[in-house]
Amino acid sequence: MKKMLNTLYITRQESYLHKERETIVIKQGKEKLAQIPAIAISNILCFGQISVSPFLMGYCGEQGIGLSFYSEHGKFLARVQGRQSGNVLLRRTQYRWADDEEKSVSIARLMVAAKIANARSVLMRELRNHGDKLDVSAAVDKLAVSLRQVKNASSVGQSMGIEGDAASCYFGVLNDLLHGHGFVFNGRVRRPPTDPVNALLSYAYSLITHECASALQGVGLDPYVGFLHQDRPGRLSLALDLLEEFRAPWADRFVLTQINRKEIKPCDFNTEAGGAVRLTDKGRKKFLAAWQIRKQDKIYHPYFQESVAIGLLPHCQAMLLVRHLRGDTEFYPPYYLK
Amino acid sequence: MEDLKQPLFISALQHQAYCPRQFALIHIEQVWDENRFTAEGQLLHERVDSGVAEQRSGVRSERGVLIESRQYQISGIMDLLEISQDDPPGYFPVEYKRGKPKVEDWDRIQLCAQALCIEEMRATTVAEGAIWYWEVRQRESIEIDEGLRQTTLETIQMSHEILASGITPPPAEDKKRCRACSLKHLCEPSVFRNDSSGSYIQGLFGS
Repeated sequence: MKKMLNTLYITRQESYLHKERETIVIKQGKEKLAQIPAIAISNILCFGQISVSPFLMGYCGEQGIGLSFYSEHGKFLARVQGRQSGNVLLRRTQYRWADDEEKSVSIARLMVAAKIANARSVLMRELRNHGDKLDVSAAVDKLAVSLRQVKNASSVGQSMGIEGDAASCYFGVLNDLLHGHGFVFNGRVRRPPTDPVNALLSYAYSLITHECASALQGVGLDPYVGFLHQDRPGRLSLALDLLEEFRAPWADRFVLTQINRKEIKPCDFNTEAGGAVRLTDKGRKKFLAAWQIRKQDKIYHPYFQESVAIGLLPHCQAMLLVRHLRGDTEFYPPYYLK
Repeated sequence: MEDLKQPLFISALQHQAYCPRQFALIHIEQVWDENRFTAEGQLLHERVDSGVAEQRSGVRSERGVLIESRQYQISGIMDLLEISQDDPPGYFPVEYKRGKPKVEDWDRIQLCAQALCIEEMRATTVAEGAIWYWEVRQRESIEIDEGLRQTTLETIQMSHEILASGITPPPAEDKKRCRACSLKHLCEPSVFRNDSSGSYIQGLFGS
């Protein structure tokens, strides 16, 4: 597996990024803030009023360095894409299989299975570390049933249904995994999230979704056409498909750790007039800094049989999906915790 | 109609000879990854191709010569073609390579493919050629014999078949070749040499 490179998070407002030979220069006004060799960078995320020179955009596209723009609050705005990959055979296969119910479900049910298995692993870890809790144990057993059910799912719709039930079951006990003061989880609420835990989960999910979209584009797949998630204009369906495997072991575990270690506190959130809860600037910076560190931790990938940086997991799965579509493997190998 | 079949370039044949999967990854899947070997090779060829035709002691040197064979459906650009001023003229292909002379055939196959094109284009016979190995600054004479022609024709045939099928073969059995391959991280030979997805999925549901 390739080595993970660094991600640049640009949050200083009115920064300007440009290319100088093979380096990325960050300036604010006349002041040069940093100069970094491009070869060390795999991703640049810009939050808020950040300008980027078109030549740097072109260079990033050419070198496969992800470049994306978000509002200061973290709402996704745009992504720069270089020349599209020339692997048309691959994309044709993706579209053909996405239109074919049998091919779609053969992949979709494995993605859902891994999601359920990973959610179950997170709950079982809680039982191991913090002693037996009745409702968590019950959820672990129920998820085992969901896992068996999805093994034989014969349609994408059925897989989605099993996934929905499993998610409800899991979110029903997630509160038991929270030991931090001032944080309570009463179920998943989005659009908008109306409590801090949901706000953090949504933010973490969206960060991973965009990493998945970049990884998919990087290997020549179309992130908008999925097997589990159906087409919806503007929706990164395949990126959302990939996200399923990572929700519990990566996003949820990270959010729980941040809360339980009191790294994130209730004062790191603002509640808007409409009820939406968001991280403050300070809270978001803290979250992103910890996120970046966590991405560099290594985790064992059971199919590659080597330790890879967590931040490379989207690339790993994107690659496994490509090789499956190209006929190297009989089944798509989703990421699951062993 | 002109582009019924994907053109097979002579420079692609060395990839096929090195590893059929590498050939498919580059020419069907359009992946490319630069590593030290290929980057240096690129620079070397730029130096060579930029020359003009020279004339020296009865031998004319032409660089960047476009060649093709309709019979074998291959085409390419030669680094150097030496033409002796006899009657009829003799044609002597020279290929420039970054590395060292190798036991294996893949450089020689490329040279032989060039010879086949010249033979067709000029209705002549090319019995010999040479490869210039930059790393050791040595020119190695190559005899375009029957064995080499046979291997080259097989390589050309296999290449056409793979291009037509659109299928990427599994990684080569010889793991030594993977070490120097610039596509190692795009191919992941140890992961895909054998398909273990079946037992992996069993593990997912078994737990």
